[in-house]
Amino acid sequence: MVQERTLPQFQAPAAQITADEGLVLYEDMILGRYFEDKCAEMYYRGKMFGFVHLYNGQEAVSTGVIKALRSDDYVCSTYRDHVHALSAGVPAQNVMAELFGKETGCSRGRGGSMHLFSSEHNLLGGFAFIGEGIPVALGAAFQSRYRKDALKDPSADQVTACFFGDGTTNNGQFFECLNMAALWKLPILFVVENNKWAIGMAHERATSQPEIYKKAAVFGMPGVEVDGMDVMAVRAVAQEAVARARAGEGPTLIEALTYRFRGHSLADPDELRSKAEKEAWLARDPIKRFEAYLLEHSLVDEGALKEIRDRIQTRIDDALTFAEDSPEPSPDDLYKYIFAED
Amino acid sequence: MAETLLFNALREAIDEEMGRDDTVFVLGEDVGVYGGSYKVTKDLYDKYGELRVLDTPIAENSFTGMAVGAAMTGLRPIIEGMNMGFLLLAFNQIANNAGMLRYTSGGNFKIPMVIRGPGGVGRQLGAEHSQRLEAYFQAVPGLKIVACSTPYNAKGLLKAAIRDDNPVLFFEHVLLYNLKEDLPNHEYVVPLDKAEIVRPGKDVTILTYSRMRHHVTQAVKGLEKKGIDPEVIDLISLKPLDFDTIGASIKKTHRVIIVEECMKTGGIGAEIIASINDRYFDELDAPVVRLSSQDIPTPYNGKLETLTIVQPKQIEAAVENMVALNV
Repeated sequence: MVQERTLPQFQAPAAQITADEGLVLYEDMILGRYFEDKCAEMYYRGKMFGFVHLYNGQEAVSTGVIKALRSDDYVCSTYRDHVHALSAGVPAQNVMAELFGKETGCSRGRGGSMHLFSSEHNLLGGFAFIGEGIPVALGAAFQSRYRKDALKDPSADQVTACFFGDGTTNNGQFFECLNMAALWKLPILFVVENNKWAIGMAHERATSQPEIYKKAAVFGMPGVEVDGMDVMAVRAVAQEAVARARAGEGPTLIEALTYRFRGHSLADPDELRSKAEKEAWLARDPIKRFEAYLLEHSLVDEGALKEIRDRIQTRIDDALTFAEDSPEPSPDDLYKYIFAED
Repeated sequence: MAETLLFNALREAIDEEMGRDDTVFVLGEDVGVYGGSYKVTKDLYDKYGELRVLDTPIAENSFTGMAVGAAMTGLRPIIEGMNMGFLLLAFNQIANNAGMLRYTSGGNFKIPMVIRGPGGVGRQLGAEHSQRLEAYFQAVPGLKIVACSTPYNAKGLLKAAIRDDNPVLFFEHVLLYNLKEDLPNHEYVVPLDKAEIVRPGKDVTILTYSRMRHHVTQAVKGLEKKGIDPEVIDLISLKPLDFDTIGASIKKTHRVIIVEECMKTGGIGAEIIASINDRYFDELDAPVVRLSSQDIPTPYNGKLETLTIVQPKQIEAAVENMVALNV
């Protein structure tokens, strides 16, 4: 049997936040969680179709990284992209409408769950196949450097955050792109969401070096391991990597140790993961943990948190109504968007 | 007018477009310091610098995907595939991303990029370096596919491809790089989607592209001596096909021969025949004939290699046969 990686002991985050910052992070995580719970409900009620991969449990990663970015920075996602889109600012109603295949969806009903895009929010896409988003993210980062150094545009200091899972780090594109990013000092964060499982393939069974962050060293790139269930820790690591990227000092590989609370997709019976493993990770729920942090440090009171939960619940309900009431794309537009002229 | 080799016509196109638009850049293996394997980017590295003429590691799929990301965010990349066969390694990024992403994003992004480089059967380069990939890519929605054949159209078409807001696969032929032609001194652009009538005629329509255009031209010399008057059309655009030009010719000649270097099975010719049957069946006096490469990996041996692709004598015989049938 393969030896499981022992979870490292992380030191308590030294970073301090204000109450307002805390509420922003909390609201974003609640938004992600409630959105995904609604998706599950809709899927099981037969109202949502296709492959739907939910993000429950990993919220601290999306929130911690994307909320450390500026609104003009770029985000590139995977097939598990709903919550990245929400953190990047795509309105919940447009994400939900996309999952319903509606014309008001962020990809106008042509993309679906795994292909969320928003040029307005610099969301470069959800990518359905393993690893194919990494080169695209690299291209966005190259574009920033090109504008800054070849076109001498000092305002071109945008950073790209590229998300992918542990399974992807055994794919060639991961290594090829780390090499190029380091070679050309591109402003990019490679964020591995190591949730331990690639569908039913345990990370330790697929890779000869399970500590992914160590793979950065051969490219001369900083590699950081972080508790992916702790939004404060993720945020602190991301802020440092963003600052480095923006200063022209190149890429960072961040390995966030996290866990998906549901199966790989809603079609996955999730039979392989042990009850004990799931319970151990559920006990580390990033939202409950952050709630406790905020209350313990007297940054906010329970009333403020409840107010957020209620507000987000209303927003999700509104998003659902919006999605259900929105029109489908017109059959006349079947061929629209194949070419730029369309 | 200045006599120019085809590789240099391509170089002029890239140079002019890079000078005109500073978001245009070139990337690929050995395009920079080395100047390109066929010297299409010679001296551009010195002129434009290492970011605009970017030497990439040997990582086809990743640098192709990088170009997609750069195109989505406002640049206009030109990828040089050192050999187009290498782009099979980039099939995922070309098909799933360059081709489909505008559609799956519901029009959120456009992908203005050119993928260009040498292909076709050269002289004893072996199977992997002798590929014709156009048929592999014709089924991918969202791509434009163009094949140049002369220094004149190579330059004008490449300029148009660089200015196009869509992904364009731009096929060059390894044996045409040293073709010479007098080019105009003034700037010109050739439309990507228009076929070229190489020789007007009335007896039969010969549809061809890339290097086979020159085999057809050779065959026509023999046919003229025999009093046969073929119309020769260089397709130029393989996707979309220019059915205005093709259709007008069929209505005139009522006979079609396709001459291609593509594989016969599932090739460009196969697609054209199916489309002609859909559109112009009533105009045909004879079944459409196609002369294609043999369905084999291109052999290294020179004699076998010659037998693999269509030769001018075969074209002459096929046209003669079709016209003589007089159906």
